[in-house]
Amino acid sequence: MTRPGAEKGPPEARNGPPGATDAAAGAEDRSGAGADMSGAEGRLSGDESGAHGPGDGVVERRLHPVTPLRRAWAPVAVIVGWAVHDPDQAQRQLSRLTTTTLLLGLAVLIPAAALYGFLTWWFTHFAVTDTELRIRTGLLFRRTAHIRLERIQAVDVTQPLLARVAGVAKLKLDVIGTGKKDELAFLGADEARALRAELLARAAGLAPETAHEVGEAPSRQLLRVPPGVLAVSLLLTGATWGTLIAAVVVPTLLWLATHNLWTVLATALPLLGAAGASSAGRFVGEYDWTVAESPDGLRLDHGLLDRVHETVPPGRVQTVRIVEPVLWRRRGWVRVELDVAGSSNSVLVPVAPREIAESVVTRVLPGVTVPTDAMLWRAPRRAARCRPLWWRGYGLAVTDAVFAARYGLLRRSLALVPHAKVQSVRLTQGPWQRALRLADVRVDTGANKTATARLRDADEAARLLRAQAERSRTGRRDALPDRWMA
Amino acid sequence: METGSPDDTGTAGATEPVRDQPVWTGLPPGLLRMRRLLLVVWLGLLTLAAGLLPGLFLGPFWAALALLPGALLAWGWVMLERNWRSWRYAERADDLLISRGVLWWEETVVPYGRMQLVEVTSGPVERHFGLASVQLHTAAAATDATIPGLDPAEAERLRDRLTELGEARSAGL
Repeated sequence: MTRPGAEKGPPEARNGPPGATDAAAGAEDRSGAGADMSGAEGRLSGDESGAHGPGDGVVERRLHPVTPLRRAWAPVAVIVGWAVHDPDQAQRQLSRLTTTTLLLGLAVLIPAAALYGFLTWWFTHFAVTDTELRIRTGLLFRRTAHIRLERIQAVDVTQPLLARVAGVAKLKLDVIGTGKKDELAFLGADEARALRAELLARAAGLAPETAHEVGEAPSRQLLRVPPGVLAVSLLLTGATWGTLIAAVVVPTLLWLATHNLWTVLATALPLLGAAGASSAGRFVGEYDWTVAESPDGLRLDHGLLDRVHETVPPGRVQTVRIVEPVLWRRRGWVRVELDVAGSSNSVLVPVAPREIAESVVTRVLPGVTVPTDAMLWRAPRRAARCRPLWWRGYGLAVTDAVFAARYGLLRRSLALVPHAKVQSVRLTQGPWQRALRLADVRVDTGANKTATARLRDADEAARLLRAQAERSRTGRRDALPDRWMA
Repeated sequence: METGSPDDTGTAGATEPVRDQPVWTGLPPGLLRMRRLLLVVWLGLLTLAAGLLPGLFLGPFWAALALLPGALLAWGWVMLERNWRSWRYAERADDLLISRGVLWWEETVVPYGRMQLVEVTSGPVERHFGLASVQLHTAAAATDATIPGLDPAEAERLRDRLTELGEARSAGL
């Protein structure tokens, strides 16, 4: 599934402990505490033929009829790519083409592509049951994915620019292990919104007969980033200027050194692309960033051209990071990033004043107060001999609810990990650290991120290791159930 | 193999507030034997090659080159034992402790409730020496909790016990 390590080894030597067996049996009596990765299992079922329903009274639906067009540009792109790659060859081939062969080719190609698109669409079905979203797809190789609703980590509804024109949207359930092929693309925009509401209601554990008519849960806006602030914040980001300067300086130097137009173009174009992505691209993507709160969880809506609507149900956030670039410090702005297992999005708030950002963080991690600078325990002075200068940025705070570790000299980053989300705790010590009686404590979360408390006193680190293991074990007790409304 | 697992790790021990010092278990000597044999085979061949080939073609003085892999062999012989000694694990009431490394020391604590998968693996060389490794997976890929070079019987006992404890204390992401 997700982790490569889980796949190796002979099958008979493996043993699937906590959840693997109960997911297969479909047991629901674990009150949402079950932990396993099987929720996202895409099962290949070769014997299922034809477009018949699964037979247990579940209504199957098809995607929006414009779906076949989404890959219409692919053959064109292939031809254009070939022509650009090898212009001489393309020229020769084109001159050999007569009108008749061209028409003949088109007469074959277009219906074939249309038929393929139509059949793919025709054979793709999805259905919502009480516990699962089922997606059946595939023309020759059938693929059935059963995505368990209580395991969802987030729901994304995205509308790329063209899809907005056509009035359609993609819907994706983020479960550990789901990939690009598990998204429902495309649905009608209203249908996508209704389906999201229904999936969230069912995942929350509302009565199944009312789940499809509860509609959107009411939401309350917590924060909206004004475009001006976003633009200024990007201008005050080092990465923006770094890539822009690189895009100007490097090609100039290359031109002076080589006087070769192609070399200069080959380096300038990617650099310009990176500069554009880190400045204009981020502005377009993070434009009109809105954070709202609803009983279904946190809602993030953003985008100028492509609109993205994400919903993160309660209790899914694994880590929150508060990042403070040096140029933002005078204005008191911070950026908040979050990690959700199985989700690609990582920004919670692109820019906001610290107090507002902290109030959003307390909404995301209930009962958490963000430790202030004064509350952080600094690394001992002798840490300066291990990591000069940078040791000043290191700090650690452990509260009842979170493990908070800070690092960074210019760009400060404070990671907050709720104790209930800690998967394992590690203590590491290199030879130089040993000589100075220092050690690092690392805390691993389910989103494959690690928060590190760097350069602590060795005895303190050993105590911290034991205490943190204890806290993460007991922290789970007062965590919300997976079905947050049941 | 005798394990150091204390008897109070049952159901009564889970709620006991007293957390005594962990009872550490080392690795059986089979792993050290295997690693030393591999070391001797590979570096022994290298030493022979480094001694014979220059000695024959360039003159007897060049045979001294064999001292280099030879020294490496002696150093590795000692280092392997230090590394082997540093590996140890302890089953506590609610979590598994793994400690390893001499210069780069690392201690990992995995609460039983966070285990997703327990794997027992044994390669061809390991099987020949009657060894097996137990690997624990949690939802975090960074959790690298592997215990190498166990007796197959002990590895299976550990796997079953971890699975059982994991089921009893299961908790999600």
